Amino acid sequence: MPITETDIEKIAQLAHLEITDDERRLFAPQISEIVTYVEQLNAIDTSSVEPALGGLTPEGEQTVLWRQDEVQSSLGQKLALDQAPDAAAGHFRVPKVLA
Amino acid sequence: MDSILNLRDGILRGDNTARAATESALDAAEKLNGTLNAFLEIDRAGALNRAAKVDAVNPSDQARLPLAGIPIAVKDNICVRGMQVSCGSRILGPYQPPYDATAIDRLIAAGAVIVGKTNCDEFAMGSSNENSAFGPVKNPWDISRVPGGSSGGSAAAVAAGIVPAALGSDTGGSVRQPAAFCGVIGLKPTYGRVSRYGLVAFGSSLDQIGVLTRTASDAAAVLQVIAGRDPHDATTAEVPVPDYSAELNHDIRGMRLGVSRTLLGEGLSPDVRAAIENSIEVYRGLGADIVDIDLPHAQYAIAVYYIIATAEASSNLARFDGVRYGFRAEDAPTLKEMYRKTRDEGFGPEVKRRIMLGTYVLSAGYYDAYYLKAQKVRMLLRRDFARAFEKCDAVLTPTTPTPAFLFGEKVDDPLAMYLNDIFTVTGNLAGVPGLSVPCGLSADGLPIGLQLMGPYWSETTLLRLAHAYQQADPFGARPSIHA
Repeated sequence: MPITETDIEKIAQLAHLEITDDERRLFAPQISEIVTYVEQLNAIDTSSVEPALGGLTPEGEQTVLWRQDEVQSSLGQKLALDQAPDAAAGHFRVPKVLA
Repeated sequence: MDSILNLRDGILRGDNTARAATESALDAAEKLNGTLNAFLEIDRAGALNRAAKVDAVNPSDQARLPLAGIPIAVKDNICVRGMQVSCGSRILGPYQPPYDATAIDRLIAAGAVIVGKTNCDEFAMGSSNENSAFGPVKNPWDISRVPGGSSGGSAAAVAAGIVPAALGSDTGGSVRQPAAFCGVIGLKPTYGRVSRYGLVAFGSSLDQIGVLTRTASDAAAVLQVIAGRDPHDATTAEVPVPDYSAELNHDIRGMRLGVSRTLLGEGLSPDVRAAIENSIEVYRGLGADIVDIDLPHAQYAIAVYYIIATAEASSNLARFDGVRYGFRAEDAPTLKEMYRKTRDEGFGPEVKRRIMLGTYVLSAGYYDAYYLKAQKVRMLLRRDFARAFEKCDAVLTPTTPTPAFLFGEKVDDPLAMYLNDIFTVTGNLAGVPGLSVPCGLSADGLPIGLQLMGPYWSETTLLRLAHAYQQADPFGARPSIHA
């Protein structure tokens, strides 16, 4: 399926990416080519196939993940905020949400 | 730099020290980095401090440390406390993780010394290292050629003799492909064999930490330490870790190696084909049986991979938003603009391309057509492997269709770049282990890799086959850039 520059802009919005006009012109044909390439999968009959969701092996599927419901140590507020671009009063500070 | 096994012997005997081994790795890394650009950070002070601690351990306790004093390099997408983790990207800024990855924890507990962080394609997305925000790694065999990717820095550091071992990560071939291009061993374990806690996520159903070394026995020694269940990573499986070194020397007579003639068809360079045919003869000479197998859905693996990997990446990379760590763009008046500007200025073109492709295949109306379809074909590929392993103990393929290509050769054509991973992505999609072992040189003197893939948890078999190969047909050649 051809992907237009308008599609690219829509996808960039969805992905919270700002892209330049040059990138839009570059990406549209490249992503079109890749999407056309992956569409070869349509030739395969998968009507009776269950999807392989996740990458686990059978042994991985059987591994018990539960643990006792006990409090364990965590990073703590100081370390968690230490490298934030803008931390204030024990929080992550961000620009205003509504314009 | 000597092998792990020899270095460790020397240190335990008292002929060598952790400090001397570490200094020699640091010196080589610093000397060659101007040429190779393999390291993004070299931690002289931290490494020497760690080495001094290993040297201070009394000899009887030191003998219990399987990697006592061994210098190791780590791909810069795996967290090591006190060092950067850039993922080859600008978006993490000066970020230093406040904790060690489980694999690093285990290496350090085993006496290893982390000497530095190696360069890689941005967020492990790439097959040439040209996607690193900090310039590409050069191939030590020919610096006009790519080292492969994404773990190019780890492969180059081992090939150039800077360190005996390095960690990488492999989502579609990122350990095995650079190993092949640089003439070293690259092992991607079974999905769930090694904890990914502290590995920056790319494609979570595919990612696995892997090992790069010059010998199969060294790969066994490192895997031994990092393998096993970790409560911090719910995808690690409760499967006993065997003694990988114990069976290395066992005869491979009677083992069955599966070869798919279709996979050795078109698209393969004549040099690679000749090297693979030769290695099949080497294995026959060692008493292995060569059997015909077929992986009928392997031809679709790249298509499946670039749907699943980009879908998972678009979700995983959503966390890089300028809020909690790393880089934040300035002059953005609203939160949404801050997200968009940060991600625009922080991510390189290939990462943006893949996030957008992943966003597209997951978007409303397209999910069934692309993502669900890809997961169904992935199931067919898994069945192909299961059927193949009824007939053989391991599948033998080339690791890559060609030896290392030139810088710039594929950089403007993403699809051509992706097709380079045709033999390796199948292993990640099926979750099976894969290992690349050097099997010869091209007419231009470039290394060629042979890939072995086995059933789940068959790392012992792969290491044994690789070890037998290295004994029977030693790869004596050394790259032109070498410590």
